Amino acid sequence: MGLLSESEYDDAPPRMGFFTDTSVCIGCKACEVACKEWNHVPEDGLNYTGMSYDNTQGLGADSWRHVAFIENRSGATPVDLGMPEVGGPPDAPAAAGVRPDLPPGGDLIDGEGKLQWLMASDVCKHCTHAACLDVCPTGSLFRTEFGTVVVQEDICNGCGYCIPACPYGVIDQRKEDGRAWKCTLCYDRLEVGMEPACAKACPTDSIQFGPLDELRERAEARVEQLHEKGVDVARLYGHDPDDGVGGDGAFFLLLDEPETYGLPPDPVVTTRDLPAMWRRAGLAALGLAVGVAVAALGGSS
Amino acid sequence: MSDQSGNESGVTREGIEHPRPGREAPADDRTVRRRGRGAGRGGGRRRRGRGERPMVPKADFRSYYGQPILNKPVWSATDIAGYLFLGGLAGASSLVGAAADLRGEERLAVVAKTGAAGAAVLSLAALVHDLGRPARFLNMLRVVKVTSPMNLGAWLLSAYAPAALAAAGSALTGRLRPLGAAGTAGAAALGPALASYTAVLISDTAVPAWHDGYREMPFAFVGSGAMAAGGLGLLGAPSGEQTLPRRVAVLGALTEVGGLKVMERRLGAVAEPYQHGSSGRWMKVGEGLALAGSALALFGRGAGRGRRTTGAVAGVMLLAGSACTRVGIFSAGVASAEDPRYTVQPQRERLRRRTARR
Repeated sequence: MGLLSESEYDDAPPRMGFFTDTSVCIGCKACEVACKEWNHVPEDGLNYTGMSYDNTQGLGADSWRHVAFIENRSGATPVDLGMPEVGGPPDAPAAAGVRPDLPPGGDLIDGEGKLQWLMASDVCKHCTHAACLDVCPTGSLFRTEFGTVVVQEDICNGCGYCIPACPYGVIDQRKEDGRAWKCTLCYDRLEVGMEPACAKACPTDSIQFGPLDELRERAEARVEQLHEKGVDVARLYGHDPDDGVGGDGAFFLLLDEPETYGLPPDPVVTTRDLPAMWRRAGLAALGLAVGVAVAALGGSS
Repeated sequence: MSDQSGNESGVTREGIEHPRPGREAPADDRTVRRRGRGAGRGGGRRRRGRGERPMVPKADFRSYYGQPILNKPVWSATDIAGYLFLGGLAGASSLVGAAADLRGEERLAVVAKTGAAGAAVLSLAALVHDLGRPARFLNMLRVVKVTSPMNLGAWLLSAYAPAALAAAGSALTGRLRPLGAAGTAGAAALGPALASYTAVLISDTAVPAWHDGYREMPFAFVGSGAMAAGGLGLLGAPSGEQTLPRRVAVLGALTEVGGLKVMERRLGAVAEPYQHGSSGRWMKVGEGLALAGSALALFGRGAGRGRRTTGAVAGVMLLAGSACTRVGIFSAGVASAEDPRYTVQPQRERLRRRTARR
């Protein structure tokens, strides 16, 4: 559509976003905790799921950051991902089964071969063409001067239309009040020049915050660096301004296919087809009127 | 996120629920890889693949522990499937009412106009019930937004309902005829839009079974609405005034059934929720009632009093058929959002074709 995709502010600051480099994520969930604390996000269920270390399960009204854990057994050769290092005692005995030459959170070797542990912190993508924003009937969802997408909770009427509209399954309804909630990219912090709580709390800089143009350059450099090191599986996700949502304001570096992380491989903003939908509906409405008119002609049988 | 199944152990403030001592982590070779399980062919789709061996192995796809990618619609099935049904019934009934006026069939006009007004009021009630309180409906009238079918729908309903009420009030009481005529004309002008816009309402989402069906959905919806309006006419109009509702109902039923058939064939695998599981059963019952009701309306015309009864039975079947199909379409969408396969596989296929073209 492009109708509501550009921010219409004069003297707007550059578009801000997240680059989440999952190759250095250690699964500490500091982002989940920081987000909950800063934004007063309520409890989202204390469940044991058996899904590796992930008991959050996915993004929703009460989970604005979600760390995925994937225990992947593959033949990929372990490589040094260039994690930040701290000098330890040079002759410390290696723990059984752990390769001392590998970074923490990297690959483990056990009886069944290599275990690759993928971790990734998911968040609202703040799409360039945001379906949630397009379909919102009240104007509660809006685009901020930073190019991010935010719900104004005092205007949201709980219609729930944004929820099935999101191609990523991000926004959801809070059962207690019926309204829709999601990541605001810490709009309140941005307004006073602070970085979002999750990025602030991330100990490995897996979550990087900044102007989107800068982040895209940084991400390209990081992928090249990983490819040089032989990590051919590294790829960017959501960085392309020509993709189905016009590029994400929050994009990722992944080490496997997007669907492995619970991300759609080729999301498209549903409103891209809306003009065609209205045309079909208009045609159908005309057909109904003509049909009844034809049926009304002629006498009774 | 929480309490979605009984087989999870959980920690609450009161302590541990459903503890499972000695439980081991999943040990399959690839925890994130799922064979396309069972394809929902027969049997509930939530059942895990065991014991269901499809004849043709489904294409492999990967997901995050089988978790859905989309967040499924939170709408209540009775409210919103009911809203789809009532919108179609109201919109098409307004046309039947206006056409009956032109034909001089007064009693049919009263039935159709009263039905339209009643359905409009009920659909407003269903919408408000789903929102929680009436003031929340008014939030939608603070803006006019063409990218939001729900917003335009709120405006449409706000204009349509008073017109339909004026038409019905005048037809019932015989008073204020100019106002009634204006209402009849207004409701007949807006009725077709009311019957078809709900197709855009559900198609304008990321829900695979709804979005991908956007080409045929409006035709199926107006057909379904015409079938219901015709059914109401057959149910309520005297035997001398059944020609128009019969024609409208049969035309509508054929459009609905045909439109859905074309849609399902085009959608391929994404159409599975329309054919299997509980949503598939609703669709089958809806189709059966539509076809049987049409056949009864067309060929079951006895003489005298029997004729009136047959018409009423056919009318009830056609109304019920439209309602069942709406519930089927609603729940098929929810089912397609709950299973990541319907999100991942078509997108993978799209990517594959795009890469092949380059």
